[in-house]
Amino acid sequence: MRDAEPDEQDEALFRPILETGPWFYATAAGLAAVVLWALYAYSVQLRYGLGVTGLSRPVFWGVYIVHFVFFVGISHAGTLISAILRLCQAEWRRPITRSAEVITVLVLFFGVGNIILDLGRPDRLFYVLRYPRFTSPLLWDVTSISTYLSASLLYLYLPLIPDIALLRDRVPGWRHGLYRALALGWRGTDRQRRWLHRGIAVMAVLVIPIAVSVHTVVSWVFGMTVQPLWRSSIFGPFFVMGAIYSGIAALILAMGVIRRGYGLQAYLKPIHFRHLGTLLLVLNLLWFYFTFAEHITVFYGKAPHEMRVFGEHLQGRYAGNFWLMVGIMAVVFVLLAAERLPLFAAAPAARSRGATLARLLGTGLGLTLAAWLFTRELPGHAPADLVTLHVERAWGIVALAGTTLLWWRPVKRHPIAAVLAASTLVIAGMWLERLIIVVPTLMNPVLPWERGSYQPTWVEWSLFLGAVAAFVLLYMLFTKLFPIVSIWEIKEGRERALHDTEERIRSYLPDAAAEPTR
Amino acid sequence: MPRYGMVIDLDRCTACQACVVACKVENNVPFASPEETAQGRDIAWIQLLPGVEGAFPEAQARFRPVLCMHCDVPPCVPVCPTGATYTSAPTGIVAQIYPRCIGCRYCANACPFTIKFFNWSEPAWPAPMDRGHNPDVSLRPKGVVEKCTFCHHRLQQARERAAAEGRPLAETDYTTACQEACPTRAISFGDLDDPSGRVAGLVRSPRAFRLLEDLGTEPKVYYLKEGEWDAGRRA
Repeated sequence: MRDAEPDEQDEALFRPILETGPWFYATAAGLAAVVLWALYAYSVQLRYGLGVTGLSRPVFWGVYIVHFVFFVGISHAGTLISAILRLCQAEWRRPITRSAEVITVLVLFFGVGNIILDLGRPDRLFYVLRYPRFTSPLLWDVTSISTYLSASLLYLYLPLIPDIALLRDRVPGWRHGLYRALALGWRGTDRQRRWLHRGIAVMAVLVIPIAVSVHTVVSWVFGMTVQPLWRSSIFGPFFVMGAIYSGIAALILAMGVIRRGYGLQAYLKPIHFRHLGTLLLVLNLLWFYFTFAEHITVFYGKAPHEMRVFGEHLQGRYAGNFWLMVGIMAVVFVLLAAERLPLFAAAPAARSRGATLARLLGTGLGLTLAAWLFTRELPGHAPADLVTLHVERAWGIVALAGTTLLWWRPVKRHPIAAVLAASTLVIAGMWLERLIIVVPTLMNPVLPWERGSYQPTWVEWSLFLGAVAAFVLLYMLFTKLFPIVSIWEIKEGRERALHDTEERIRSYLPDAAAEPTR
Repeated sequence: MPRYGMVIDLDRCTACQACVVACKVENNVPFASPEETAQGRDIAWIQLLPGVEGAFPEAQARFRPVLCMHCDVPPCVPVCPTGATYTSAPTGIVAQIYPRCIGCRYCANACPFTIKFFNWSEPAWPAPMDRGHNPDVSLRPKGVVEKCTFCHHRLQQARERAAAEGRPLAETDYTTACQEACPTRAISFGDLDDPSGRVAGLVRSPRAFRLLEDLGTEPKVYYLKEGEWDAGRRA
């Protein structure tokens, strides 16, 4: 019954559940208003049909599909990263796994939700179960995502059980009954602990291939067609990598908010952000590698249909989006690498010199990009393109803002602020990436006669904002019901991990005491 | 088992668009306002697509009637999650079950000919037209995909007529609306697998070609190239 004793040490982790400040209510009310507005927008779409969107022939898919890919990508934050860290026995994982796993479960609903928003006949949604045709990659999505959702839910729930038991023993009122039911009679006996650890380990292994399959089949929705730049074998791994990339960024942002909002500076330390920032940097480099590989093979192939989409990316109507995305990723690289270059790591003075050099490079790049976005002439002068032109100018401002981020004092001084800034940019960049995957191909179909353009309408933007607001709202509500930092795992880390880790490291060393050999 | 296909002789086509109008009336295709058309939301199962070849003063305008190709290996069919898009085994016609379509538009995106259409809003017809619908063709609600069906409701009628008269189905029994309306008889329609039939003969012509043949979708709509007189005039 050790768990039942109130633990003064981790009191801060209980506080979000026991106390709720006025800021929480104000934020929740604001978010709820956005969600209500989005519901109104959806009612308009239900009433008048998808004509209220900016979609048309041949651009049949727009931001709903973009956001489907985007949200499902972000869902890889949680379960996958948490599972990998657990399996690698990375001790620094303890305060972050919970917040990661919650992202997965909640954001998946909005990924699937965007598919429903995109349907012309949402009332017939369940026809995919009633008349399923398994040759369709959409059916693979249904299978894979529902498996992922159930596995992630279980994987979130298992490590929650001991914490729920802690709450059961100290929270009175209506929540007591909820906790008692959910704790499944947890008393923290050795047998229960053994089974819990075993269950978590099994789920951590299971969840990894499922997560990989999810974003692979999402990419195959595009990859299984004959459309230019969609049919590509690189899409599966590229999407999985991009998902982890945007997922880590979302996790870092969530941790930043939790740290500040609930005063958990003692738990979510600079070192955690630093480690996640390193992971983000690795994925940033992988992103450059994949993007380069994708485009260079198209360029050398010179297939006319593909070259039209390629041209749209690099010089056409989507060049603004494309180069802004590349610029964002470059700034992310500078932000993350500035503090990590081993060349400069030796002396603090040299390090700041290196960081300044990197910042100057990033600034030159950002300013060039902004200047180009502001002055660029667009091919074609159709009315729809005029809107694109305004969007382009707006992107120029974004490029300028991203560049000034490099010199903003907190970002320069504070390692956490730099990682948070980089994560925000990664989210924006990966959103652009999804847009660039979906729309330019549809704007340039194979037959040379059909050409389209696409601008999302207020309905589509409202539903995006509504989805984001609903996600944040649900996340906030979760932190009010359950500890967002795993209490028992922190305690376990304090009580046992130090000893266990020392043992493990000893066993690596050559002069280690006799380990049984076969 | 017949395999229905179409041959369009571009030498005969005058780009008059009678086929486009006949198709719209026959198949209860809703009207589109000029604004909707500018947005790319008009529906026309058969359309006349213009193309310009060469530069002034040698420029040549070319028009090509384009409709669903009824591919033998259709890219739209395997991607449909509910089986609303399917190939009819006894005719080779690629068809759409409107009451089963969930409106995901995956088929429309998978089609390399971009010749499938979506009902972006509730279909509407101006005053007298709204009472002149063809009773043999169902009206589509908003939110579903539609496209050329080779007028397969006419095959039903032709079969019934032939059965009532106690004779086998003849090639001339089953015609499409666009074919009937064409004043220069540029459009031929029939069984591609009937070696004695007119269509199978035209397909063997050295002038015959299909759109995007290299994609391997095996379209069942063939075109006959414009003839030598054209090339001679340009030389």
